[in-house]
Amino acid sequence: MKVTMFHFMPYRDLPADFPPKGLASAWVDAPWWQYGDANKVTDVYNSSIDELMLAAKLGFDGVGLNEHHQNPYGFMCNPNLFGAILARMTAEQGLAQVALVQLGATISSCPPIRLAEEYAVLDCISGGRLIAGLPTGLGNDVSISNGITPMEHRERWREGVELMLKAWTAKEFFAWNGKYTQLPKVNLWPRPVQEPHPPVLIPGAASSSTWDYCHDRNFPYAYLSYFGGKSAEQVMDRFWARAAAKGRDANPYRAAFLQVVGVGATDRQAEEEYGKHVEYFYHKLLHLPLGYIAPPGNADYKSLLNVLSAGTNLLQISDFTIDLKPLKAKDMIEREFVVVGSPATVRQKLEAIAKRLNVGHLMVALQFGSMPHEQAKKNIELFGREVLPHLQTIWEDKDLENHWWPKKLRRRPVKQREMATASG
Amino acid sequence: MVSATVKTIPIRHCNFEAKVKTAGNGPSLLYLHAAGGPIWDPFVEGLCEHFTVYAPHHPGTGETAREAIYGVESLWDLLLIYDEILDALNLPSVPVVGTSFGGMMACELAAFRPERVSKMIVLDPIGLWREDTPVAPYMLMPPEQLAATLYKHLDSPPVQAALQMPSDPKQAAVITADLVWALGATGKFVWPIPDKGLKKRLHRVKAPTLIVWGEDDALVSVVYAKEFADRIANSRIEIIEDCGHVPQVERLEVVGPLVAKFLNGG
Repeated sequence: MKVTMFHFMPYRDLPADFPPKGLASAWVDAPWWQYGDANKVTDVYNSSIDELMLAAKLGFDGVGLNEHHQNPYGFMCNPNLFGAILARMTAEQGLAQVALVQLGATISSCPPIRLAEEYAVLDCISGGRLIAGLPTGLGNDVSISNGITPMEHRERWREGVELMLKAWTAKEFFAWNGKYTQLPKVNLWPRPVQEPHPPVLIPGAASSSTWDYCHDRNFPYAYLSYFGGKSAEQVMDRFWARAAAKGRDANPYRAAFLQVVGVGATDRQAEEEYGKHVEYFYHKLLHLPLGYIAPPGNADYKSLLNVLSAGTNLLQISDFTIDLKPLKAKDMIEREFVVVGSPATVRQKLEAIAKRLNVGHLMVALQFGSMPHEQAKKNIELFGREVLPHLQTIWEDKDLENHWWPKKLRRRPVKQREMATASG
Repeated sequence: MVSATVKTIPIRHCNFEAKVKTAGNGPSLLYLHAAGGPIWDPFVEGLCEHFTVYAPHHPGTGETAREAIYGVESLWDLLLIYDEILDALNLPSVPVVGTSFGGMMACELAAFRPERVSKMIVLDPIGLWREDTPVAPYMLMPPEQLAATLYKHLDSPPVQAALQMPSDPKQAAVITADLVWALGATGKFVWPIPDKGLKKRLHRVKAPTLIVWGEDDALVSVVYAKEFADRIANSRIEIIEDCGHVPQVERLEVVGPLVAKFLNGG
């Protein structure tokens, strides 16, 4: 399995009484002038980069970044700014085995041709280590923070992806006469190092139209849920059922899963050390109403009717503001929203999730909010030393090709191959 | 209760299959609904007593195909669709009543084709923007907040009747989905700020115009009444006291006679 340290670069200093009564959302609505401190953000960005570099040193297969706007959950307005730093630093420090997993930049709200260029730049600087994530983006980011009409959000995304792929691969000049982009003459400089283009990864919530899109084009899908392996079971079962229906095999590398993880010396210590940070994450950073995630027009009519007909079952995993506040860290650990425990517990739980969901890529969030830098480093180190090597052997006993990872990085590092041999 | 029919009208522009609800007796009248989708309420019933009311459903809402909205790409498309609907209905010149978003569309139509609108009544229309009194971001509100923004007296019987939901959860889910979709389908032409150039076009309106406004409208403030009146030459304002954004629901007993009187000549 390929394991990526995913960082969303959260603001770590929201006060204990946040969100105050009446603040509808931490996203868009939390006043910067009341809660933000640019000097603290200096630390957020720089220590986050250090945390990702530490993961790279410890042998993680990838380092992952994303894009969000107007919120304290995470504010990489353009993940490629940070990807460029990591591309250079990893090469400089002899860590050119690590992939740059951009989860990524939001094509619905920026000129697609600019994003094609930026990803090509990252692939060039890194010498062909980019994975080009193309998320549709949250409704609040795209429509509120960037003003895109909700009804056009998904159409813009589809057109943008098509333009980007053509701009990367065309061996002739072309004019693009799209609905949302018109260009008289396209001749992209530079192009990516990877041929025909960097692997594409489509992150999403649980929309069946996105799965079909992936299967039709042979793109892998990353299920970005913060509600753990158990709630993902029925989602991923349906993803694999759609794959079978579309004639695709069940190669686990078609899928990625995101998980919040805290590793401590023992289960009890881990719960004590990470408990308040788990609550910070779910109670403060994910204070985000459904109406913001999907303003009217964002979800297509069929999905909308599905959501509304499902009643409270679905709201529990889609409306962050309704159900999370009464849950304590202990509850969220029990429900396995988060995987928190000793190295042995975390190994066992993550292996079970990977096998149950049949995913070949795991993204782990090891800094989830208010954790001090030192604690985040400790989490990354414990995970890197005690959990990562074990996870990296998963699926290695099968004869599977990971078509969705940069070619030059597909061979396993020596250490893992030895461990696989020793344990097998 | 008047019996209504829904006419299906194939429109060449955007290949849109229009649906126009029709009822009543007397001279023709065009009714343009608000952002929440077509509603056949006591106000419209009242209009049907003296007029043959034609109420087109905005693309994607009411009886139209939900996906129809994807093909209507711009306000320009939408206006041409209305123009072709009026052609199909054989209405060269007709009085137009529009509420909120429908009020904006009435103004757009009257500015685009001044000769086609013989008289105009707009009730709390959107379409203009003042920095000091922004229009409330109604598309981003949870249902309770939206209701509280639309109405001044939430507990009054007519408002309660307007907000009534069926007890069957499946029916309620469809009604809610239709409402959210209607907000998205109309929102396509006003997102993120309902200021798409109408201020530059309103001077073209020739129709005698009545501007009706709820005194305590929390969605689009009553200060906008003057903004419309200043730009429409032959217009006057009627302020409805102790009333929110939907005067035809909250104060029908006042609004009904005002509208009837204006349409009948004064």
